[in-house]
Amino acid sequence: MDRQLANMKQSLFNKGYLDEQFVQLEELQDDANPNFVEEVVTLYYRDSTRLVQNIEQALEKTPLDFARLDSYMHQFKSKSTSIGAKRVKIECTKFREHCKGANGEGCKKTFQQLKKEYATLKKKLEFYFQFARQVGPVNKASRPN
Amino acid sequence: MTVEKITGDNENLDNFPVGLRVLAVDDDPTCLMLLDTLLKKCQYHVTSTSHARVALKMLRENKDRLDLVISDVHMPDMDGFKLLELVGLEMDLPVIMLSANSDPKLVMKGVTHGACDYLVKPVRIEELRNIWQHVIRRKKFDSKNQNKSADQLNSNRTSGEGQGNQMTSNADQNGKFNRKRKDEEDENEDNGNESEDPATQKKPRVVWSIELHRKFVAAVNQLGIEKAVPKRILDLMNVEGLTRENVASHLQKYRLYLKRISSVATQQANMVAAFGVKDSPFMRIGPFEGLGDFRSLAGPGRLANAALSPYTTGGMLGRLNSPANVNLQNLTPSALIQPQNLSDSINPLGKMHPVPPSANQNPSLFQGSPSSLELDQLQQNKCATGIVNFNAVDNSRMQTARTISSSDSMVTGAPGNNPMMLRGNYQQSLSGGGFPNQPSHNTVSFNPDSFNLLNGGIIQSSQMQQPNSLLSTEPLHSQRATNSTQENNFSNGFYLQNNPIFISSTSMALPLDDSRDMQCQEGLVGDIQNITQTPSQSWGEQGQSYGQNSELTFSSLNAHAPSSQSLDQGSGILNEKMGNFVNGRLGGGASTLMQQNENEATESRARSNENFLLEQPKVTGGFVPRTYDSLDDMMNAMIKREQDETIPNCDFGFDDYSFGPSI
Repeated sequence: MDRQLANMKQSLFNKGYLDEQFVQLEELQDDANPNFVEEVVTLYYRDSTRLVQNIEQALEKTPLDFARLDSYMHQFKSKSTSIGAKRVKIECTKFREHCKGANGEGCKKTFQQLKKEYATLKKKLEFYFQFARQVGPVNKASRPN
Repeated sequence: MTVEKITGDNENLDNFPVGLRVLAVDDDPTCLMLLDTLLKKCQYHVTSTSHARVALKMLRENKDRLDLVISDVHMPDMDGFKLLELVGLEMDLPVIMLSANSDPKLVMKGVTHGACDYLVKPVRIEELRNIWQHVIRRKKFDSKNQNKSADQLNSNRTSGEGQGNQMTSNADQNGKFNRKRKDEEDENEDNGNESEDPATQKKPRVVWSIELHRKFVAAVNQLGIEKAVPKRILDLMNVEGLTRENVASHLQKYRLYLKRISSVATQQANMVAAFGVKDSPFMRIGPFEGLGDFRSLAGPGRLANAALSPYTTGGMLGRLNSPANVNLQNLTPSALIQPQNLSDSINPLGKMHPVPPSANQNPSLFQGSPSSLELDQLQQNKCATGIVNFNAVDNSRMQTARTISSSDSMVTGAPGNNPMMLRGNYQQSLSGGGFPNQPSHNTVSFNPDSFNLLNGGIIQSSQMQQPNSLLSTEPLHSQRATNSTQENNFSNGFYLQNNPIFISSTSMALPLDDSRDMQCQEGLVGDIQNITQTPSQSWGEQGQSYGQNSELTFSSLNAHAPSSQSLDQGSGILNEKMGNFVNGRLGGGASTLMQQNENEATESRARSNENFLLEQPKVTGGFVPRTYDSLDDMMNAMIKREQDETIPNCDFGFDDYSFGPSI
């Protein structure tokens, strides 16, 4: 079971969904804070929902306010970085590049991709946490190989 | 947002840095939670909040219970850099900036604003384990400061003192640390805490009230920025209970601030050029007009001015410019003429002002100028402050003007625009009425008036004749000092300068009749301190309530306020007005000032303090407008307060001009 969990996690790292930061989160989890990682991830998804909406609304405006979009994305990237959401972070960076270039189409396309990654990660992590809860109370942080 | 009880107790005193008391500020809940947890993992005592304003409030109330602040850069309610400055000024706590953005420009900005470190997200726990060094370094730095100052002083210093410092600093960082933690309640934060033998007693943190700061700036200006050493400053200030160490660390901060201002000012030069864009009421600043006249008076009159003028002008201009520097436009041509030394300010001014500056205008010029514009605006106040008519006054007179409380004698028959206007302006600015109504005015015009008044030593006379006159006083002073007729000093910067000059010249007379005024004047720090420190004071609370803008304005106000006050011996109105003015103005003006480059360090000091605070608003752009709003509120509140005899000014002084913490 532990092994399965470990494999799951390893897979997430290997596929680039998560990065080193996630390990940091796990290291912060301890007896005093047994569900820290899950709490943070939950907070992340809750917190960024509104942000996603804001960005969507902003993308529907004409003309596009790239400064504002960039600012939103900065926040998004900041959050995603904090939990180690690697793929999402990559999309954020791409999005910001498009903003700099005032590339509206690029922004929209990238954002679609971003949302996909965002949703995929959410599912995977939910599954991961569910599994982890079944496995045992505390998951020791283990570095991906 | 989790706010843990901020306690001064720390069971783990022996395990420093365990128990380090950190305040974490980040508007992003995810990041804040992470930061909070990371810090707790380091065994620090963490308080976290997602609102910068709440953080400031907490800091103000619990200054002695916090060791360090970590703040995000990107925050919606307040720019992280602004918070940084405020904390540095007001509380003198080390601040670490945090951001997902690793752009070197931002990092540089952090440095110039006084951050002791800049961390890039995601922050790793290893980095956080080392942050305690900033707390220790700061303490040591202050101690060393004392030592250094001691070295600089010559025979004056007693070696014992120096050693005492040494002992203090070396001897027990932890001890101090612990002491600090436990003794906050005992510390009396008002001006000049009791001075004890540093080696044997705990040194409570000094609260640099406006008044205190004003004295400080005056002393510095008097000595000249290069020659200003803590011991001499301390002697000049003549404040009981203030130690050289306090002054030394305060001086350190002040110098940094000035440096920063000047670097920022250069950037602002362009802005200055674009100065005359808005026709905001600020522009009207009467005082500028006065400048021209003053210059003609020039002459050795105000020594202090000399030193000051260069700085202020630059700085002032910068600041003024930023907020849409309308001020310049209204400046009288003469005023615009910038003395050579005011390089920065000159250019902008020249451009700004449509009227060709005539450096050597005769005093009469002063009267004729733009004052009308400004006066109109300023007129609202209807201050009765005496307007000193500098034009008519020769140097000697000018000097005596200072001491003359009634400006009547000074007032010349300028047509409507007395040089005295300076005073008038000043008053206008002061009178809350005028300013509050015009948010923009407040920010911009504020200082000149006050400055002028100060320089000219014109103390308000019974009636304010025309706002215009205000200008004159200021510039004159500065002019003289610099031996140049340039107005540039005058423009914004001028005001600032004047203030300092004023302060120095009138340092003896510093204490304003109105205690209130003094407060405001003390400048950034002082006010803030007062406000935060003395909740009992009416304005203090007010200030806090103003929150956002008040901070900005605060600093500026403080700086300016003092000068005007001192000049004005008699008129209570003036003083009050000053307060109002200051409050309202500072916010706006300060920012502009900040931006301005100050050539002169000494003058800029005064301003810089303001700038410190002000700068923020400017920098953050968005804040500026807010300031105004708050200024208005503040002004109104202040006006009310005036009646109650409290100077609200203090409120805005957000600038947390950190005083040299007496470690």
